[in-house]
Amino acid sequence: MYDGGFQNGILNGVGGSIKKIVVHVTEYENNNFLFPQAKYISQCIDEIKQELKQDNIAVKANAVCKLTYLQMLGYDISWAAFNIIEVMSASKFTFKRIGYLAASQCFHEGTDVIMLTTNQIRKDLSSPNQYDTGVALTGLSCFVTPDLARDLANDIMTLMSHTKPYIRKKAVLIMYKVFLKYPESLRPAFPRLKEKLEDPDPGVQSAAVNVICELARRNPKNYLSLAPLFFKLMTSSTNNWVLIKIIKLFGALTPLEPRLGKKLIEPLTNLIHRFIASGNFWLQTSKVKIVIGAALYLGLLAMSKILKTHPKSVQSHKDLILQCLDDKDESIRLRALDLLYGMVSKKNLMEIVKKLMIHVDKAEGTTYRDELLTKIIDICSQSNYQYITNFEWYISILVELTRLEGTRHGHLIAAQMLDVAIRVKAIRKFAVSQMAMLLDNAHLIASNTQRNGICEVLYAAAWICGEFSEHLEESNQTLEAMLRPKVTTLPGHIQAVYVQNMVKLYASILQQKEQDGEKEAAQEITQLMIDRLPQFVQSADLEVQERASCILQLIKYIQKLQIKEVPVAEEVIALFAGELNPVAPKAQKKVPVPEGLDLDAWINEPPSDSESEDEKPKTIFHDEEQRHSRHRQPEIDEEELARRREVRKQEQANNPFYIKSSPSPQKQYQDTPGVEHIPVVQIDLSVPLKVPGMPMSDQYVKLEEERRHKQKLEKDKKKKKQKKEKKGKHRRHNSLHTESDEDIAPAQHVDIITEEMPENALPSDEDDKDPNDPYKALDIDLDKPLADSEKLPVQSHRNAENLKSPDTEAPLVGKKSKKPKKKEKKHKEKEREREKKKEREKKVAEEGKKVNIYEMSCVSNTYDIQGNLQNDSQVTVSVIFENKSTSFLKSMELNVLDSLNAKMLRPEGSLVHDGIPVPFQLPPGISNEAQFVFTLQSIVMAQKLKGTLSFIVKNDDGSTHEKIDFKLHFSCASYLITTPCYSDAFAKLLESGDLHMSSIKVDGISISFQHLLAKICFYHHFSVVERVDSCASMYSRSIQGHHVCLLVKKGENSVSVDGKCNDSTLLSNLLDEMKETLSKC
Amino acid sequence: SPRPAPPSRLGPWGGCCSPSCARAPRARAGASRQRPPRSPLLPPPSPAGTMQFMLLFSRQGKLRLQKWYVPLSDKEKKKITRELVQTVLARKPKMCSFLEWRDLKIVYKRYASLYFCCAIEDQDNELITLEIIHRYVELLDKYFGSVCELDIIFNFEKAYFILDEFLLGGEVQETSKKNVLKAIEQADLLQEEAETPRSVLEEIGLT
Repeated sequence: MYDGGFQNGILNGVGGSIKKIVVHVTEYENNNFLFPQAKYISQCIDEIKQELKQDNIAVKANAVCKLTYLQMLGYDISWAAFNIIEVMSASKFTFKRIGYLAASQCFHEGTDVIMLTTNQIRKDLSSPNQYDTGVALTGLSCFVTPDLARDLANDIMTLMSHTKPYIRKKAVLIMYKVFLKYPESLRPAFPRLKEKLEDPDPGVQSAAVNVICELARRNPKNYLSLAPLFFKLMTSSTNNWVLIKIIKLFGALTPLEPRLGKKLIEPLTNLIHRFIASGNFWLQTSKVKIVIGAALYLGLLAMSKILKTHPKSVQSHKDLILQCLDDKDESIRLRALDLLYGMVSKKNLMEIVKKLMIHVDKAEGTTYRDELLTKIIDICSQSNYQYITNFEWYISILVELTRLEGTRHGHLIAAQMLDVAIRVKAIRKFAVSQMAMLLDNAHLIASNTQRNGICEVLYAAAWICGEFSEHLEESNQTLEAMLRPKVTTLPGHIQAVYVQNMVKLYASILQQKEQDGEKEAAQEITQLMIDRLPQFVQSADLEVQERASCILQLIKYIQKLQIKEVPVAEEVIALFAGELNPVAPKAQKKVPVPEGLDLDAWINEPPSDSESEDEKPKTIFHDEEQRHSRHRQPEIDEEELARRREVRKQEQANNPFYIKSSPSPQKQYQDTPGVEHIPVVQIDLSVPLKVPGMPMSDQYVKLEEERRHKQKLEKDKKKKKQKKEKKGKHRRHNSLHTESDEDIAPAQHVDIITEEMPENALPSDEDDKDPNDPYKALDIDLDKPLADSEKLPVQSHRNAENLKSPDTEAPLVGKKSKKPKKKEKKHKEKEREREKKKEREKKVAEEGKKVNIYEMSCVSNTYDIQGNLQNDSQVTVSVIFENKSTSFLKSMELNVLDSLNAKMLRPEGSLVHDGIPVPFQLPPGISNEAQFVFTLQSIVMAQKLKGTLSFIVKNDDGSTHEKIDFKLHFSCASYLITTPCYSDAFAKLLESGDLHMSSIKVDGISISFQHLLAKICFYHHFSVVERVDSCASMYSRSIQGHHVCLLVKKGENSVSVDGKCNDSTLLSNLLDEMKETLSKC
Repeated sequence: SPRPAPPSRLGPWGGCCSPSCARAPRARAGASRQRPPRSPLLPPPSPAGTMQFMLLFSRQGKLRLQKWYVPLSDKEKKKITRELVQTVLARKPKMCSFLEWRDLKIVYKRYASLYFCCAIEDQDNELITLEIIHRYVELLDKYFGSVCELDIIFNFEKAYFILDEFLLGGEVQETSKKNVLKAIEQADLLQEEAETPRSVLEEIGLT
């Protein structure tokens, strides 16, 4: 039994203790009620932490190995990243292997320490032991970052011609990862990669084929020139893995070069024979049932491919495919659904959908049912309802679908209903009647009020009934249905549509009644509205409430007029005059901006901030009571209404984007006869509905068949006639006539066959490519000769001297001072200490003499603080770059390792570790200034950020890649802005009492008080408020609005500074900095 | 005794032949059936070779090995693993080895108590992936000598090393079984303590 022996075991030492963890954890899995695993693991992690602290590398490696296992169990081991690097750099292969394994399992692009691995990896890559190199390459393939890719690209490229095939194949494969992370390396490395296609070792060859295939699949056109080479490989290679890749590659190439297709036929036939043989092998070695499942799946997959070229041959297997819908395996069902989508035609659509509907009823589980539902809608609506010949049938299918319980696609059904009703004019009458039934039966649907639930269809139903109310037969009944109290339980947005559309309905009823002279009936309906509308006025939904109260007032007014016996219907109906035309989704985008119109220019000057601040709160928040007691008389009189209408019409006339009610040319052609002759009403009468209120789509299938039959007969008659007229002698037997798709004329036409576009729309532009596509960067022309500038950066060795601490670099300062610049003179003293940190001297060691000296002077103490009102957490750092070498510097990139508090502002879309390119190049002896913006969270502490400047040095010998490390020091003073302050305001500030106080004293000051104040003003951004003899008060403000007040007193040989500030930390840091400045005086 | 019963051998391509494999509990099948639009939480299509990742897990849903060829954060990895393990375990033995999941294709195969599960891109070949899985199992079998789940648990690092010699960055690196095993054996020779995989089992008394 478990007696804790294993737990002791882990303390006992190195050997096998990883197995103890494993055993314990495995045991735990079997009786997890006996052992609290979390406790055990945390104990293990504690022990591991102890082990990591030891010097013995074997202990460490074992600890890391245990961590790797724990990582797999889901425990966070990112804290040990540094220890992993330690183990990686062990000299013994045993440990190195474990280190790299751990790194490959847990490092990712966000791992900070990854940049520390560069040199270690480079060392391992050039190790004499091929397994060291191999393990480094394997590890690198898992965690390569853009930085690593850039720095190591050249090393890996060299390895591609290593003497050992083992290394070569790994290097070739990893190059693909490098290309993805550092696309610039593709062109320089490509010639060598191409060479590897003909490598004597089959492994290397297959690796090269793999890489080029993957590259070519993404951007095939750049690789067309390789086709002959691959053709040769395909005919000569015997490695099936390679052949499959090559075929894949040709699949991508053939669309671009049609001639390839013909050439490929023969070798492909040969290959297929061979593959069939290997397929048999598969059958023999694998479990048969898996293969059957797979075969079914693949068969369906293959069918979907055949479907594209030979639709007829697949359509004959319709029944088989429908059978697959019954399969237990979801993958197969989904495949079958996909196939159905592709194989519908006008002829079989109804049948297929009917079968699908049966499946919908049978399907268990809402998810699959939802999938079926979306597929049905997809199938029907594809390519502008191309296959629908009878929209009445489709509407009834949609209505049937509303009976599904628990679907999440109510919205989809609603959208389809709206789309069909708007775009298919001939169907509106039928649609309206069906929607009225839905509204009448709303209680069946409304029970499910969840988001996107089936109740969404009521949204569509209400809108359709309102908008096309002229087609409604029992308007009163529908209005009644919409006013039922139950409606108030629907979601807000649906209620809002209800409210709006019941007015439309009301308007049309009113008109009807007035025309018939039934004044009393008209007044009754008004009274009904007034009685029922208040339930919506009380709605919790603002939109409903607002609409309802507006409308209630309008109707009350109408009632007044009705009592005076004034005819109002015309006016009311005019509120909803005008027809809504369907507009293509992209229409707005395609309207060109007229010349001379600047969309970014202000139309009016924006109101000043202070004004809006005063008004906003009042207008947004109202007391609920206030709202109800408010006087709500709208006072719209006849004139006012007429005037408003006139204004609106004029506005519409002037508005180029308003679609006027006058018929557009597109609409005219759709109104051609052929639509009207369909006996819509007849159908309605001839179908006895089984469930009252619910249409049966099945009936339409029969009806449609009859219709088609009739149509066919008519056609045949015509044909006969024609033939008779033509005196044709070759009469075919009628029964042989097969119905083709083209013969079936749809019963109704769909508007916008071509999308309705504004008149002056621009020609269709291509769909934008995804800017995030990582492969886009690899779309590089590979046939162009390689330019010098494209050579891979070669890291030059640093002189050991450079790695010493800054104080050894004192001579540099002297060197620099030979070329003093204006700015440097200004801040000479301050800069000197910074530059010690920032300057590095580089020598090319191989040549044994100094070749290049690059210096960078970062004038980091001249912060520009921008946008301190809107953006209180940004500072701008101006950096001056000076090239003191004789070489040309280009592709400079500045990168800073962000801290929690301070972050460099990078352009949108770039990663956290991306550098920012410096927007200029530097010829020898030139300096230039660039600005970088940083965001800071807290400014009470000074900040130090480490960074690197990487650049390419180009001289006669070629180009090399160089780096300079530097530190950016954000002193607290740099967050202060010199702000003038009057003495009375200053006094008030001091009196307010909410400032913290602190003071310092510095001895041994010899400079004059005047001079001293100037220093404080200059370096610490203060302004003098008042000065009395050897005593001065000073003031400054931080970018985040802290007030800082100083009282500076000069004694004999000393200076004392008393400070007051809102933030005590900020103050003490500021004073410390000041102390440093002053002590140098 | 709570000690785990000796698991059935994966056997020479034994498939799901053990009597214990009868039926996996039907978990929330099809949690991923729907393919929703990519949520912003998910990364953009990741640059990778053919294979996105490989997972090995037991019939109880315990992860035994994971190899990711796409850079993802730990959180995402965990989420994907959890979802996939559930989906795959819910499938019945007779069902086919492929399923579509998000915008990837999942190819899995069960060997005794272990599921080998790979994710490939849409245009990639499922059968070749099945072949890769099979080849990997063959390699493990050759290396450990009739491999079983415990071999992979106790020598997980070896399992990783073998995988690394076989696949690199999601691409098949070496198609010759012989070469892969040779590389592994030689690398093992470099280790000072040449511990055989067998000794582990002896250590815990499972021989």
